[in-house]
Amino acid sequence: MGPFLEALTFQAGYNAALVAIGAALLGFAAGAGGSFLFLRKRALVSDAVAHATLPGVGIAFIVMVALGGDGRSLWGLLIGSAVSAWIGLLAVEWMVRRTRLSEDAAIGAILSVFFGLGIVLLTIIQGMSRGRQAGLEDFLLGSTAGMLFQDAMLIAGGGALVVAAIWLLRRPMTLVAFDPAFAAARGVNVRRVDLAMMGLVLAVTVIGLKLVGLILIVALLIIPPVTARFWSQRAETVVWTAGCIGAVSGWVGAALSASAPALPTGPIIVLVAAGLFALSLLFAPVRGVAASLMARRAFQRRVHRRQGLLALSRAEPIHDPLTLRILRREDLIRPDGVATDTGRAAAAKVARDERRWSIARQLHHDTALTGRYDGLTPIEQVFTPDEITHFDAAIGGPNLAGGT
Amino acid sequence: MAEISLVDTRNALDPASPLAVRGLTVSYGEKPALFSLDATFPAGAMSAIVGPNGAGKSTFLKAALGLIPRVSGEVQVFGRDVDRVRDRIAYVPQRASVDWDFPTTAIDVVLMGLYGQIGLWRRISGQYKARARACLDRVGMGEFADRQIGQLSGGQQQRVFLARALAQEADLFLLDEPFAGVDAATERAIIDVLKSLQADGRSIVAVHHDLSTVPDYFDHVMLVNLRRIAEGPVRQVFTAAALSETYGGRLGATQIDTLTLQGA
Repeated sequence: MGPFLEALTFQAGYNAALVAIGAALLGFAAGAGGSFLFLRKRALVSDAVAHATLPGVGIAFIVMVALGGDGRSLWGLLIGSAVSAWIGLLAVEWMVRRTRLSEDAAIGAILSVFFGLGIVLLTIIQGMSRGRQAGLEDFLLGSTAGMLFQDAMLIAGGGALVVAAIWLLRRPMTLVAFDPAFAAARGVNVRRVDLAMMGLVLAVTVIGLKLVGLILIVALLIIPPVTARFWSQRAETVVWTAGCIGAVSGWVGAALSASAPALPTGPIIVLVAAGLFALSLLFAPVRGVAASLMARRAFQRRVHRRQGLLALSRAEPIHDPLTLRILRREDLIRPDGVATDTGRAAAAKVARDERRWSIARQLHHDTALTGRYDGLTPIEQVFTPDEITHFDAAIGGPNLAGGT
Repeated sequence: MAEISLVDTRNALDPASPLAVRGLTVSYGEKPALFSLDATFPAGAMSAIVGPNGAGKSTFLKAALGLIPRVSGEVQVFGRDVDRVRDRIAYVPQRASVDWDFPTTAIDVVLMGLYGQIGLWRRISGQYKARARACLDRVGMGEFADRQIGQLSGGQQQRVFLARALAQEADLFLLDEPFAGVDAATERAIIDVLKSLQADGRSIVAVHHDLSTVPDYFDHVMLVNLRRIAEGPVRQVFTAAALSETYGGRLGATQIDTLTLQGA
């Protein structure tokens, strides 16, 4: 077995197994939690939250040293980071509510100010004579070097709590993300749900600080939901799919970095997630690039088929070779170009639908709908049966309905 | 000795009314959007809120629902505070307020109307799905249940919103411009559903922009432009004088004449 497979099956040593399990759990919590931010179109708030953790780390260290410790208690540092991230989050929210600043501007301001303050504090800490400051900068990019059992337990426990909270709040959060006015009318406290959403993201950020670091945790919050969106049209499926994508990224990324010790874990996890994103972008059904290319080719064939049938219904000659090939393959015309019975029937239906469309354009004031006339889409897919009956009534007697 | 009451009960809000407000003032910044508005919508009626753009029609619905803070005034729904009767209200917001690329299907949207009954955590059982589907059928959208909502036309989206309101089985329906940007068939379908709700004894209050259909569709009307201009049965209130006061110079005299002639 190669080192990568060993790591993937948790056989590359105790520490590597801990890291892989922790990364998978963190990835799941981050993917699922980030989904609601993405659906609420506030993905970048997570960037502000993540950067706002840094001053908390510094202040917590200084306070713990001042109290006589060595400043390296993980719990202390995480609580400090959570408090300062929460302050940063409330600051963004307050600026958006109380001033004319838009959210992106508020995010930019808070993110850079808090991060700057954090760097200043870290620099001061480097010059302090007391405390064990080595390794504090690992919170920027994450590190697995000193991963302890209790660190893995922290990630596992925190991740499980986050996932449980997501499950409990999934309906109010979906409602608020989709239609906040309706949610509020139903009695949902939109502001509180928004804060809960941010609170989940904050929790993911804090428990992920040690492993992936505050700069890259944003990637784990945003990339999995964006990837999952390629695969599903339903919010709840997007959320859990994003969780799975995050988990796989964490697990495979940790295994990769364990099998080649020079590779940093956090960045590799992010690259694996990005790889899954790229695959989805290219190959996802319907929304992927390949699918849309294929849909385009299928579309081209439908255009030619339709043009051919229209020409048949008007008894016009067909010259285009692709059109002729398509009609022949479907047995709509004989090899010599004369319409078969099926061909004539299909042409008659096409002619009738053209008349329905022309009535639709006169009767229907909804340009979004009549604008969907593309000469191709069967009219039944655009209008409801009662609408079509309405058009047929306007067409007039059955003698005009053409061939059916 | 006569009792002295500090509470003015002479003009108490009618507890039988599905929606009654008094002295309602709402403002964005320091410019009031509605000023000291009184209204009492009758139970079991189709009521329209009519007025020019920016007159505060949507604001009225939002303030009545407590979605935006009011500066002063009182709102009662079925004689009680709105927060205590939310289960009896179905609200259909303006179509434009929603992100139509959201990953959700028509039936999922209707199920959102049932969240109140399903609860936060319970699995959505077949019974609820069947009810949601029945609501979609009622607005003629049964075949579109599994479409992503962005793939529907404006009129179809509006029907899905109405189906979500139906699922709530409310007693009061508040609709914000339900006919804006929809096709004639959808307008027909929506009005049929609303009339059948009314026949069931439900009350409907809709912000409405098309003056020509007011006499056909509605029993009761409130003309509003920042303040209440007139309110009452369409036949009494929907007059040329009231309309020109509501719209100022924005409607020509001939237009108003035609409208009120139709209404007479």
